[in-house]
Amino acid sequence: MHADPRKLVTIITEAAIERRLLEDLKRLGAHGYTVSDARGEGTRGIRSAGWEGSSNIRIEVVCDEATAEAMGRHLKAHYYAHYAMIMYFSDVGVLRPEKF
Amino acid sequence: MSLDPIVLFFILGLAAGLMRSELRLPGAIYEFLSVILLLAIGLKGGVELAQQSLGTLLPQMVAVVLMGFLLPVVAYPVLRMLGRLKRADAASIAAHYGSVSVGTYAVAVAWLASREISFEAYMPLLLVLLEMPAILIGIMLARGVSADTNWKQLGHEVFLGKSIVLLLGGLLIGWAAGPEALEPVGGLFFDLFHGVLALFLLEMGLVAASQVGSLRRHGIFLLAFGIAFPLFAAVVGGVLGLQIGLSIGGTMLLATLAASASYIAVPAAMRLAVPEANPTLSLTASLGVTFPFNILVGIPLYQKLAVLLHGSGG
Repeated sequence: MHADPRKLVTIITEAAIERRLLEDLKRLGAHGYTVSDARGEGTRGIRSAGWEGSSNIRIEVVCDEATAEAMGRHLKAHYYAHYAMIMYFSDVGVLRPEKF
Repeated sequence: MSLDPIVLFFILGLAAGLMRSELRLPGAIYEFLSVILLLAIGLKGGVELAQQSLGTLLPQMVAVVLMGFLLPVVAYPVLRMLGRLKRADAASIAAHYGSVSVGTYAVAVAWLASREISFEAYMPLLLVLLEMPAILIGIMLARGVSADTNWKQLGHEVFLGKSIVLLLGGLLIGWAAGPEALEPVGGLFFDLFHGVLALFLLEMGLVAASQVGSLRRHGIFLLAFGIAFPLFAAVVGGVLGLQIGLSIGGTMLLATLAASASYIAVPAAMRLAVPEANPTLSLTASLGVTFPFNILVGIPLYQKLAVLLHGSGG
């Protein structure tokens, strides 16, 4: 089975900035995204998702490499300093390349 | 002093959290409980609102909004000078303390109801009004009046935040429908109010306990501020309540509102508008100190304050 290579961008961050972040991602070329609730612990303490103030989200975007790079640069420049946020990239294969 | 069961639920949550129990309510449950509380408070206020004339309400509304602007302006220099906090942190905490906590208000209402003390039932209107001014002042204190604040986005955040939409929506539905029409939904919103509040406070106890760790790190000043400022603000709220002609119950509620610190609307707005402010500081103070203080000690105290003020004021 042939699968076209794409990048999966995974962002785990504060729920407080969800709307602003998604607007940015769409502007940077994301054709779609998936958001799920997340909890965990890191340098910013335990994010237990017990109430709004401590809830985290995980955003996943599958896109081409250039878009992934643009997202990485933008998020690093605008969000990393002040928000609890991590972002990582994985290589994935997709069956309908025109969607991404 | 007999403790209200809802306060005992809070203590249970607090104790369970401090002892690292595995007790944990799913986020969706917390959301659901807070939606019911906000709508119930709004609906009750709305029913009463229909019977009020704008002539009596308007001066009270203006006075309360002014208080919402004043409190953070007083808190800010204290935080800057005594607390030696950074500008953004001081501004953010000031905004938290100028705004209000719906959870604290709900406990105060339940406290009054269990003692059959009446109050102006349109108080939720004043609650809604008090949520907003402090956010604007907080941003201005942090930034100055500058062009690079995205006011449109911020306005969206402030006016369409969850608590404002539900409170205002409840007020409007209550106002439009009237008491009889609300009876079919009253079972959920009114009859279950105390039970819902008890569960909500159980969760809030857990949340408050989770702030204790950062309180240890951020020290004695936040603890002192988180108790002293509400006491000061309660006097401001109480005197204002007396001046604008509220009953003893209403005066007590306004004192409680002034004394309470936001932990929903303001943190969300500050995260967007003043991202460099450390949210741990403001939440530790508002949730780890002021919320428990108001629930356990403050509310009965503010009632005594209201009685005292009304006694001396004739």
